[in-house]
Amino acid sequence: MADPDRFTPLPAQAPPSSSAGPLAWVRANLLSSPLNVAMTLGVLYLLVSIVPGIIDWAILKATVSGDGPNACDATEGACWTFIRLRFDFFIYGFYPEPERWRVDVVLGLLLLVVGPQFLSRFPGKKWIGLFGLTAFPLIVAMLLMGGLFGLPEVETGKWGGLMLTLVLSYVGIVAALPIGVALALGRRSTMPVIRAICVIFIEIWRGVPLISVLFMASVMLPLFLPEGVNFDKLLRALIGIIMFQSAYMAEVVRGGLQGIPKGQYEAADALGLGYWKGMGLVILPQALKMVIPGIVNTFIALFKDTTLVLIIGLLDVLATVQASIVDPAWGNVATEGYLFAAFCFWVFCFGMSRYSQSLERKLHTGHKR
Amino acid sequence: MSETVSADEIKARHPHLEHEVGRQPMIEIRRMNKWYGEFHVLRDINLTVHQGERIVICGPSGSGKSTMIRCINRLEEHQRGTIIVDGVELTHDVKNIEKVRREVGMVFQHFNLFPHLTVLENCCLAPIWVRKEPRHEAEARAMHYLERVRIPEQAKKYPGQLSGGQQQRVAIARSLCMQPRIMLFDEPTSALDPEMIKEVLDTMVQLAEEGMTMLCVTHEMGFAKTVADRVIFMDQGQIVEENNPHDFFNNPRNERTQLFLSQILAH
Ligand SMILES: Nc1ncnc2c1ncn2[C@@H]1O[C@H](COP(=O)(O)OP(=O)(O)OP(=O)(O)O)[C@@H](O)[C@H]1O
Ligand SMILES: [Mg+2]
Repeated sequence: MADPDRFTPLPAQAPPSSSAGPLAWVRANLLSSPLNVAMTLGVLYLLVSIVPGIIDWAILKATVSGDGPNACDATEGACWTFIRLRFDFFIYGFYPEPERWRVDVVLGLLLLVVGPQFLSRFPGKKWIGLFGLTAFPLIVAMLLMGGLFGLPEVETGKWGGLMLTLVLSYVGIVAALPIGVALALGRRSTMPVIRAICVIFIEIWRGVPLISVLFMASVMLPLFLPEGVNFDKLLRALIGIIMFQSAYMAEVVRGGLQGIPKGQYEAADALGLGYWKGMGLVILPQALKMVIPGIVNTFIALFKDTTLVLIIGLLDVLATVQASIVDPAWGNVATEGYLFAAFCFWVFCFGMSRYSQSLERKLHTGHKR
Repeated sequence: MSETVSADEIKARHPHLEHEVGRQPMIEIRRMNKWYGEFHVLRDINLTVHQGERIVICGPSGSGKSTMIRCINRLEEHQRGTIIVDGVELTHDVKNIEKVRREVGMVFQHFNLFPHLTVLENCCLAPIWVRKEPRHEAEARAMHYLERVRIPEQAKKYPGQLSGGQQQRVAIARSLCMQPRIMLFDEPTSALDPEMIKEVLDTMVQLAEEGMTMLCVTHEMGFAKTVADRVIFMDQGQIVEENNPHDFFNNPRNERTQLFLSQILAH
């Protein structure tokens, strides 16, 4: 279509200043009608009356220095000293101090695995992703548990803080997606036995609150197991979380599968792709892409649900914060503690949300027919 | 049928339609019956198609045309009778179904291209994964067929970025990449705007000239008149009339055929 004689339009001119620039934006978006003007003024009033107080408390009058609870005695503002001194506990829980480098290595690896996924171009990005889904969790388990290669063993009861939160959610996410996909396929299978098994599994796990799943996993399951058979509490909690979340994931994925037109299945069949290749190459890529928002929603819910392991005596980041703020020596530091916990959760959930949006944009391949 | 391409027009553009019809049966359907629950869709279908034959199937809506050709590559299952495609009988045996589908290409009314793959990837998918061809070979063949349907420049685009006619030609190329011996067309032009019908029909005529065995469900009577060796008329799940195009159009014997033709040609 590159015909030199063809008409080429002139580049568009910049719009007149009355329809662009910050002033025009304000007029168009904030002051377009009396109701809008009133709402803008209302919001402005709220901001003016709240924000200075927050800045005052969080920054201007806050204390960061000092090496004990006394440091905050004289402050009216936030006592960030508390967060600073307890930071290690919030991150590592009771993980023994000389071994904490192992957690640092894991966190560094996590950054190396996840980081590139946010970049639009990175050499070997796919392989890094694949590594993150397969070998990485095993390496992490070996590193953190120890007992191999001369690493002293650290029992999982000592794991805690943000590190525990990340372990629970990462493993939960990595395992729940494939199991969920398998369950979704099974629920749509033409084989009655497989379909029945999947339906029963999904409906049972979906019908029970996670808290009772965890409770059963930690308190009741050992009662049914024969004497001497006892497996790790963390592992039991993990299995509970995975089962629970994969049931949710299955329904999200099934929604996607149902949205794929029948013609796609037929075209795959007609080309002789067969069930597995047709699913893997044609149907699932489209179905998963369609339900990315739902999948990420489930992941975010999972991430936040990991705090429930508190009930079976595992200390996630929120629980370590809670355990610290009740320390009478510190006085009232609940606000600082909870803000910190909230910030930890927000960072990761927001990251997932951004990632899902960039993925959606990347996978968008023009309008559908 | 707002616009059909006339027989003369097609003849003018493709002067020497060869009618080289082999004698070896490619498709043999004997006393085939199919039900949807209680509903008897196909009744005692008998049809033999030889290598290189071009069959056009027409008939009123709901008469079972789609269902019949979809039985040939087992997108639909028949309950009674036999279907033998290129010497392989279609039964529940998955191996046989795979074998048949490897020999039979299909083009759908709504194209059914894979929207998440580029045009080239659409064409290479099955050759690479089903026929285990090396990627560069599959891509070379795909480009060859895309050139034949005259859209090689669209290879890197996604289906959603193409016009209907272009999409349908990609769908034809995608089928051809599996190098089928039989092509099935289910109303390939009826979802297209009139100006795009021609480009797709041209591609089909070209295919016919090269001796492909073809079964086309279509209401393009111009196409039927020039290209078809036989025209089949279906009504209420039965093959009511079967004849060469000249006799089929000029002196249809069955009154249902006459009625149908008078309706479709009246436009
Ligand atoms: N999955 C199905 N279940 C039940 N009945 C069906 C199903 N598919 C088709 N039918 C019925 O079978 C009959 C034949 O359908 P078919 O699609 O083969 O008709 P057709 O001749 O291709 O019609 P058209 O020209 O409208 O495409 C119709 O009456 C239709 O309602
Ligand atoms: Mg039809």
